[in-house]
Order: sequence, then C-alpha cells, then structure tokens
Amino acid sequence: MRISCPICGERDRREFHYRGAALTRPAPDAGEAAWDAYLHLRDNPAGATRELWYHETGCGAWVVVTRNTLTHEMPGCELAAEAAR
Amino acid sequence: MRFSGWRVIREGLSGNRGWSPHWRDAAPRDEYDIVIIGGGGHGLSTAYYLARDHGLSNVAVLEKGYLGGGNVGRNTTIVRANYFLPGNSEFYSYSLKLWEGLEQELNYNVMHSQRGLINLFHSDGQRDAFARRGNAMINQGDDAILLDREGVRRHAPFLDFDNVRFPVHGGLYHPRGGTARHDAVAWGYARGADRRGVDLIQNCEVTGIDIGNGRVRSVQTTRGPIRAKKVAIVVAGRSGQVAAMAGMRLPVESHVLQAFVSEGLKPVIAQVIAFGMGHFYISQSDKGGLVFGGDIDMYASYAARGNLPAVEHVMEAGMTLMPMIGKARVLRSWGGIVDMTPDGSPIIDRTDTQGLYLNCGWNYGGFKAVPASGRCFAHLLATDRHHDAAAGFRLDRFRTGRGIIDEEGTGAQHNLH
Ligand SMILES: Cc1cc2nc3c(=O)[nH]c(=O)nc-3n(C[C@H](O)[C@H](O)[C@H](O)COP(=O)(O)OP(=O)(O)OC[C@H]3O[C@@H](n4cnc5c(N)ncnc54)[C@H](O)[C@@H]3O)c2cc1C
Ligand SMILES: [Zn+2]
Repeated sequence: MRISCPICGERDRREFHYRGAALTRPAPDAGEAAWDAYLHLRDNPAGATRELWYHETGCGAWVVVTRNTLTHEMPGCELAAEAAR
Repeated sequence: MRFSGWRVIREGLSGNRGWSPHWRDAAPRDEYDIVIIGGGGHGLSTAYYLARDHGLSNVAVLEKGYLGGGNVGRNTTIVRANYFLPGNSEFYSYSLKLWEGLEQELNYNVMHSQRGLINLFHSDGQRDAFARRGNAMINQGDDAILLDREGVRRHAPFLDFDNVRFPVHGGLYHPRGGTARHDAVAWGYARGADRRGVDLIQNCEVTGIDIGNGRVRSVQTTRGPIRAKKVAIVVAGRSGQVAAMAGMRLPVESHVLQAFVSEGLKPVIAQVIAFGMGHFYISQSDKGGLVFGGDIDMYASYAARGNLPAVEHVMEAGMTLMPMIGKARVLRSWGGIVDMTPDGSPIIDRTDTQGLYLNCGWNYGGFKAVPASGRCFAHLLATDRHHDAAAGFRLDRFRTGRGIIDEEGTGAQHNLH
C-alpha cells in the first residue's frame, strides 16, 4: 500500500502513522452526544472512507486520504490543513 | 449420532459408511422467537446455550456464508485466562473453566490442548508488570508461575536468550493456557444447537432490520423476510454494517489481522510462546505446522488479506526471538476482519431498540471467549439480565466513561492498540 503525499509524492505506507476516520472536531460545548460520536462512534464503512494519516518519517504533514476499505485503493490524498478549509 | 472410541472402531471396520451429517440443512421459517445474525463461534455458542440452559429452541442462526467461515476458523487458536482487569478477569476465567469441560459437554473433539502459555519478558519493568499480572490471575483462582531465565530455558531452549536488544529475562507461565482446533469448536456448537432444535441457516445474509415503535419486528434476508421477537447481532468484523441496519453507530472499527502457518515439521515447540517485545506469538499444530501471528495491520480494512509491512514485522520478530524459525518455510497466510473497540474489550449488551441485542468488539481475542460469551449472551437474551461473569461489557461505557476496561493501559482511543 502506497500513499501519495501532496508534498513528498508516492511513499511507502510504513512512513505513515494511521489516525482513523477524518471527522470534524465538535465545539468544546457541543455536548456529550457530539463528543461521544466524535471520540468513539464510527461509520466503519465497507467501501469508500476518508481518514487521517500522519507522514511521520517524511514531511510531518497530516493528510486526509480517500481510501476503499474493501480493495485498499486510494483515489485521493490532500493536506489536512487544506481539507479543513 | 454419538461419538465414542467404540464408534470410531466400528466405523473403521465397516468402511466409514455410517457417519451422517452433523447438522440439518434447515430452510428458514417465517417466524422465530429469537434470530441470531452470524454463524461464527459466538453466534453458534449463543444458540447452543439458549437451547440447553433456557429451553429456547425456536431459534435460528442466520449465516451469510457457511458456518465457521469467519474469524472462528481463521484465528491462531490461543485459549488463555491471563487477563488483568476486573471485568475481563472473571469473564475469561469463567470461559477457561467452560473450555475444560467442553469436549464432554458437546461430545465433540475440539482438540483443546492445555499445553501451557509462556509470555516472555525482556526487562526489569516488564518482569514487575508480569509478576503483578500473575498475582491478579492467582487472585482470580487461575494459575500463573513466574519463570526466571533458566525456567524458560527448560521449556524452550531454542530461544535467543542473549539477543543484544531483547534478551530473555524470564516469562509468565500459564500452564492451563493452550490451543484448540478452531473449526471443531464451531462445528461442535453447531451440532449441539441443531440437536436441540435450533435451525442453522447458511447462505442467508441479513440485509435489513425492521423496527416499529421502538421494537424490533423482523429481519430482511437474501432468503426472504423472517419475523422475530428478539434479534441478536453477533457478526464480529461486520458489526458496523449490521448495526447500521438498525440505525446505530458503534464504537467499533474493523481491522485486518493476519496469521501464518509453516510447512509441517516434527514436534519442536511444546507450548504457546509469546514474545514480549514486538508482536509475535507461536504454537505448533498437531499436524506439525508452526502457527503464528502478530499485530493488526493498523488501518481500517474489510479486505481479508493483509499488507506486507505487517508480514515483515511478524517475520522479523520471529527471527529475533527464535532464529531457528528461519529454516522453516511459510506455507500459507491469511487475514480475518476483527472488530476493534476503543478500550480493547468486548460488548455484550442490550440496545436502545427493544428486543435488539448486541455481542461484538472481540478485537483480536474472541476465540477463547466463545464458550463464556455464548453462555452469558444467551442468559441476557433469555432473562434480560446481565450474567455476572459478563456484567462489565456495557455499550455505554465509552459515552459515560464509567467501566472502561482498558487492559493495555493505552487510553480508550481507537487507534492505540
Ligand atoms: C488472524 C486472527 C487470529 C486470531 N487469533 C486469536 C487467538 O489466538 N485467540 C483468540 O482468543 N482469538 C483470536 N482471534 C479473534 C477471534 O477469532 C475472534 O474474536 C472471534 O472469532 C470473533 O467471533 P466469531 O467467531 O463469532 O466471528 P466470526 O467467525 O467472524 O463470525 C461472524 C459471522 O457473521 C457472519 N455475518 C456477517 N454479516 C452477516 C450478515 N449480514 N448476515 C448474516 N451473517 C453475517 C459472517 O459471515 C461470520 O461467519 C483471532 C482473529 C484473527 C482474524
Ligand atoms: Zn509528506
């Protein structure tokens, strides 16, 4: 499995640390249900998913990867900083 | 048909023509008292104990593939009761006791072999942690012996004791730990449930769960709709999809875990041995193959095959611990989809929907749990009360923060184990 870092290009999966589903962080006062959903509950899709990886031994950027959990295809990868905008 | 030594001899002399199928190939009826979704180890043992302990046999197990085709037939078969935290400790202790009577109970040879499990330690800090774990096991009424280096050497002289980075200082020995023949466990429970009247329905995928007025009504399947008073979701790696049919999101992320087996070799490894640095555990099957594995691949996946970095890690750890393994050739490897929870502990609970129950979150360790999980889940389904041995496995513990069972002490967060 290789990940196309927007800064470094296509790199081995071993250079990256997996964080999990790319979710929007709730506001501090969003309440228990919103925080529970963010921290614990997952769609856990069998198919397309968006997730956060950290280019640990590369440029140090957080990236949002679009990946298929059934086939491991990775049609997209963008910087998390840009995805958040 | 009962199995016995006498029966084996008789069949041997008469050309083995007297054996019959171990269970009926049942067709779905329109309605059951209880429908169990998932014919893995946990679904089948639940069905068995519903019938045996509670006299409930108007029960169906719906399996989308074939019985035992999921993780129950893909694991590295380690059975142990060396957990540490209240909640887990009593549950796995109870499960091991059920294992010890299982073959007589089921009249089925599950090849449960209490060959002993040694968890190695490689530093002073790790020795202290294992001494503490051993004491917790003894307090629970189970067995644990702290071995020094020479003690480990007597059991496993082939380890690289003086490895420069990870010398072996000793190990925590759990004599009642061991292995079992995984498929036979599924088959034994299936046969036992079938004989008590449970319908085991294969090639029957659940595609929808119908809920009306907050109560479960029926399930939609590839073999038609089936009404049910109670529905139990026991689908391991597929928990997220099936729960979504009932409008639920679970604290579960599905990952792939790989396993490996070598060509058949003469007996060389007597126990189950687990490396204390890096993820690696190994035992030898009765056919002679070395059966070993390591950690999950560390990203969400439903592809029942793994990636090379995890393979490399497992092989490196094996070579570090026992260099002799380099002479063996890997025959096969495969992957199974495991249902990971934030704290690494399972869920056996009701849901917010009346009549809908959930059993999931077995992470990479649910094979040893099969007997107790089935028994406790059957108790919950039949009586609506939690069984004492599994009272801690609550679904709401992540939301409330009460009763987290974080065995590894990493924090109840999805990507940390
Ligand atoms: C490689 C590997 C090694 C492991 N090693 C160990 C070990 O050494 N010791 C240990 O204790 N545990 C181990 N485990 C974990 C253990 O195997 C699992 O936790 C346990 O088997 C899961 O429960 P199960 O047997 O019910 O799951 P499964 O056998 O996966 O059963 C779930 C069933 O649900 C069915 N299903 C899914 N969706 C649907 C649907 N919509 N409709 C109908 N049916 C459906 C599936 O087809 C499947 O048969 C290991 C797991 C793996 C993958
Ligand atoms: Zn990069």
